[in-house]
Amino acid sequence: MTATPPPAIRLDRLRKEFTGTPPVVAVDDVDLDVGQGEFFSMLGPSGSGKTTVLRMIAGFEEPTAGRIELDGEDVTRRQPYDRDVNTVFQDYALFPHMTVADNVEYGLLVKKVSRAERRTRVAEALEQVRLGDHGARRPSQLSGGQRQRVALARALVNRPRVLLLDEPLGALDLKLREQMQVELKAIQRDVGITFLFVTHDQEEALTLSDRIAVFNAGRIEQVGTAREVYESPRTAFVAGFVGTSNLLTGEAARTVVRRDGSFAIRPEKLVVTPVDGTAGAAAPGRPTATGVLEEVVYGGPTTRFVVQLDAGARLTALEQNSGSGSAGAALRRGDRVRLDWDPEHVIDVPETTSK
Amino acid sequence: MRRRLGLAALLTPPMLWLVVAYLGALVAIFATAFWTTDPFTNLVVRTFTLDNFRELRTPTYLGIIGRTILIAALVTVLCVVVAVPFAFFMARVAPARSRSLLLALVLVPLWASYLVKAYAWRAMLQPSGVLESVFGTTPGYGFAAVVITLSYLWLPYMILPVYAAFERLPESHLEASADLGGRPWTTFRRVVVPALWPAIAAGSVFTFSLSLGDYIAVSIVGGKLQVLGTAVLQNITLDLPFAAALGTSSVVVMVLYLLAVRRAGALENL
Repeated sequence: MTATPPPAIRLDRLRKEFTGTPPVVAVDDVDLDVGQGEFFSMLGPSGSGKTTVLRMIAGFEEPTAGRIELDGEDVTRRQPYDRDVNTVFQDYALFPHMTVADNVEYGLLVKKVSRAERRTRVAEALEQVRLGDHGARRPSQLSGGQRQRVALARALVNRPRVLLLDEPLGALDLKLREQMQVELKAIQRDVGITFLFVTHDQEEALTLSDRIAVFNAGRIEQVGTAREVYESPRTAFVAGFVGTSNLLTGEAARTVVRRDGSFAIRPEKLVVTPVDGTAGAAAPGRPTATGVLEEVVYGGPTTRFVVQLDAGARLTALEQNSGSGSAGAALRRGDRVRLDWDPEHVIDVPETTSK
Repeated sequence: MRRRLGLAALLTPPMLWLVVAYLGALVAIFATAFWTTDPFTNLVVRTFTLDNFRELRTPTYLGIIGRTILIAALVTVLCVVVAVPFAFFMARVAPARSRSLLLALVLVPLWASYLVKAYAWRAMLQPSGVLESVFGTTPGYGFAAVVITLSYLWLPYMILPVYAAFERLPESHLEASADLGGRPWTTFRRVVVPALWPAIAAGSVFTFSLSLGDYIAVSIVGGKLQVLGTAVLQNITLDLPFAAALGTSSVVVMVLYLLAVRRAGALENL
């Protein structure tokens, strides 16, 4: 045996069925290893099972079958209070009758940590989330972002092996959310604790994570780094859920890609050129397709073009508004355009996962 | 101008009610408590005196006041002890379908006549009544019978606010406590009870005040037991000013109780 440490979290054929007629399979035999100190995201639409997996790791739901290991230790049948993990809840779940400091102190108090140590650790934790002078307030006197940070401090103060975060930024507005993402990442680097992060926001997952597991219908479709999941999605679902989907299937695939199957092309890899006789031909070797411009959406740094191809499919192209040279400024709805791309950016995506 | 007239028309009836009927009656009680009666004619004599309140401080009446407060306190405690587990079951354990049925079961006794319920308990408590034939013993009429009957009568007023508090308590708070290492008992003591506290206080205002003023149930199942309510009743024809003083004392007790509850920070939920 080598001396490699066991994974922080190991899920072994984890399964959860909810009773009903017929029973609902929320989590369908999931296997997953999360490494020590990783920032790991579980990404998927609502109902894909990612939150149920998180709740089983926390101990709030009992698995129907399978095993959960933390640092190589089987915790499948343990109560939440006997597991060395802490959770940041979606609604924060701060105790309203306690002050901020009492909330943060709670975990240490029930674990009978000495008063002196409690005081230092609570102060440290509040300092870490930049709420050092808010300890005496009530949760109801804080803003959403501040409550979020209290929830984080309340979990981190216990120095768990794994921190579970259940869509913790979901209730925040966009600006605050982006700010908290940066902060969350910095805190994670700082404390070095494994973070398991649940989100349905693909951009958030791509920004924050060392690795991502993409969930669909109770299964994991793909596990990989942000770059792997985005640049080389293994299934049509991953291609569609992570980033804007540009799928070519059936007849359209045969005409445009000249092969049978399903293919995806990321919008930013497509180049839009007007077809008005003035533009030159595409660079030799680059595949092209023509169509009608259906929609031009100006979005600040980028412009989004929706093109209805003559071959049938509809593709979205994204172009940087980098200067006067960009084609976007001149194009109008209804114009005929040509799309061209580098063949290596065409991703082969099987329609269904192999079981 | 028209708006002002409209506002006046809207507010006059309730203001009249509040000032004349409600505060007026209260002021009349307070004022009467400082008058006296002519011992021969039993008519009220309108001269200021503190005699009524001096008489309240005799052992007999202090005993009655103390006994009434004790009954009200016991009834309140008994209602809490029964209502908390029951409300917990209703809000957290019972399937959603049977919740409305349970709620109806709690409410139905409120719609039945108070007298019928008190007499039902009289029948249950009597020798060879239901209690004796089932359990082999009965407390008989008296102190215990009054506490049991009043607890039965006012229980819904405790169950309803506690049930609402359980409903409002988010599951995630219980999960958060367990997640942070709190075992069930710790969670109950540190998270559940503080969340229920305002509701219990609100319910106790009802159970305590209703018990404090009751005289009907006492006269039905209390045997010879004397409480504030029965004392007021006995004095009302013979010595109205003294009856008013007795009434004032129950108002004072209730005000003190409300102040204590307010200090516990629980009146916002009333």
